[in-house]
Amino acid sequence: MTKVLMRGNHIVGESAIRAGCRYYFGYPITPQNEIPEYMCQRLSKLDGGTFLQAESEIASIHMVIGASMAGGRVLTSSSGPGMSLKQEGISFLSALELPAVIVNMSRGGPGLGNIAPAQSDYLQATRGGGHGDYRNIVLGPSSCQELADLTFEAFNLADKYRIPVVILGDGMLGQMMEPVELPLELKIKKLPHKDWILTGAKGRPSRFIRSLILDPVEEEAHNWKLMRKYERITKEEVKWETFLAEDAKMMVVAFGIAARIAKGAIKRIREQGLKVGLFRPISLWPFPNKVIKEFTERIRHFFVFEMNMGQMVEDVKLALGGSSEIHFYGRPGGIVPTPLEISRVITSKYHQKRLG
Amino acid sequence: MEKVFSRPRSLKKTPFHYCPGCGHSLLHRIVGEVIDEMNLQEKIIGIPPAGCAVLAYNYFYIDMGEASHGRAAALATGLKRALPDRVVFTYQGDGDIAAIGTAETLHAAARGENFTTIFVNNGVYGMTGGQMAPTTVLGQNTTTSPGGRKEKRDGFPVDLSKMLAVTKGSAYIERTAVNSPANILKTKKAIAKAFQIQLEGYGFSLVEILSPCPTNWKMDPVEACRWIGEVMTISFPLGILKDVTGEKKDAY
Repeated sequence: MTKVLMRGNHIVGESAIRAGCRYYFGYPITPQNEIPEYMCQRLSKLDGGTFLQAESEIASIHMVIGASMAGGRVLTSSSGPGMSLKQEGISFLSALELPAVIVNMSRGGPGLGNIAPAQSDYLQATRGGGHGDYRNIVLGPSSCQELADLTFEAFNLADKYRIPVVILGDGMLGQMMEPVELPLELKIKKLPHKDWILTGAKGRPSRFIRSLILDPVEEEAHNWKLMRKYERITKEEVKWETFLAEDAKMMVVAFGIAARIAKGAIKRIREQGLKVGLFRPISLWPFPNKVIKEFTERIRHFFVFEMNMGQMVEDVKLALGGSSEIHFYGRPGGIVPTPLEISRVITSKYHQKRLG
Repeated sequence: MEKVFSRPRSLKKTPFHYCPGCGHSLLHRIVGEVIDEMNLQEKIIGIPPAGCAVLAYNYFYIDMGEASHGRAAALATGLKRALPDRVVFTYQGDGDIAAIGTAETLHAAARGENFTTIFVNNGVYGMTGGQMAPTTVLGQNTTTSPGGRKEKRDGFPVDLSKMLAVTKGSAYIERTAVNSPANILKTKKAIAKAFQIQLEGYGFSLVEILSPCPTNWKMDPVEACRWIGEVMTISFPLGILKDVTGEKKDAY
């Protein structure tokens, strides 16, 4: 299989189309504009393809709902401020149990913030983000190859569980170019059959899809049904990676592009003979609680690094349950620290704790 | 004995939850009759709103997908783009379509999206208890325009249909009422025409219906019907606001 050199945002589009996505609805916002532009070019040449630039993020997410109700594989993408606007529709997608894939190439915030890479939307993504009691599957790729693979897989997960899947990238991942091996294209006819979609009640009883459930007893039952689905996902869809973790005395925990930087830092630190490893959650929800907890049997120090003021660190604390010391280093606001900077901070903590 | 009047096939045998004298019951029946007569039951998909008609899916024997408040036009866009050979309609109230959903509706019309909107205008937010709506007429008393709507305090009512009529991309816009047998027949004809225009692919079609809300207007049903004719139609005159069917399909 040959590799092609592609930009992250273009990879999202190509992978989505190869996964059978034929509908894209979105609104321009930096740093993800190459996704709608790519989808516009590709979908206009594909049979049954629809690209539509909506009048707002709110409209675009509700167009996603419409196409998903009709049974299509559908994509939307945005960044920071636009994701806030999409939250209404994401809550509805969850309540209506509709599959969809939503990409967030996140940027510095809050407010308009800036267009530099940041990880400031971790809590919004992993806690649902909108109103009501729900979770989305959230995947955090850290390379262009992983972006290709996870975008493809996101469509399968969305259909399998009838759930919105969020790809939490950042401006750097969207803009950078790397050689990737693209996933093989799925045959549209081989996509999963859906027996719940709205197509007009031809030769069958009519159906409806709704989220208003006035009777609290029924609404509670619906919530428990969602909860059972989330429990299944928590058991079956946890993804993570470790790097030089076998003999580590200190474990760095980082996701997405921050983990990529941390890897570079750890390589430098290892050259000095310090035993530092990396734990990288790939599924941010469900968070790999059990796996990371197992490391506490021999590792007492966890060093969380994020490009924000400390969001995933809350999940690490919950997972470890006070059984280890957790240190945190963050750079919010769109700052991308170098591996050298991170290696110095980690090394300093390593010596301070007399691990070496 | 020959049966000359019965429930439309596309309506379920579920009693309506609507208040006595409410226009929604009438309109559900009218829409049901049109669906039957045009033989659309197996190819039509309806989109109920957030509002009094949110439970419409309990009454129609057709596929329905509920929209959140104001977003029906966006949802219909996604659905119709995915299924261009089906008939898609939204069923929305005045608060839903002319306040929170203005942008979605106007842009769907501007794009010439080929679906139909049934816009039920009763001048109040009915489901939430009769607050002022974008279509509340000047002088009309509501729970949030006490003493009657005043332009300096509350602003002017919004004539969304007129806005949509001047928007290139809309194909057919008509305003009717359900306050008399003659107007009910006109409403039925307008809805049938709107569906036909969609079948022929002309683009966005909308029928606005002035509809009584005796409960929130604090009137009896007869009084409410009279008030539509005497007061409401001054701000919202009945008639066809736009019809491109005489023109070429790509006229816009």
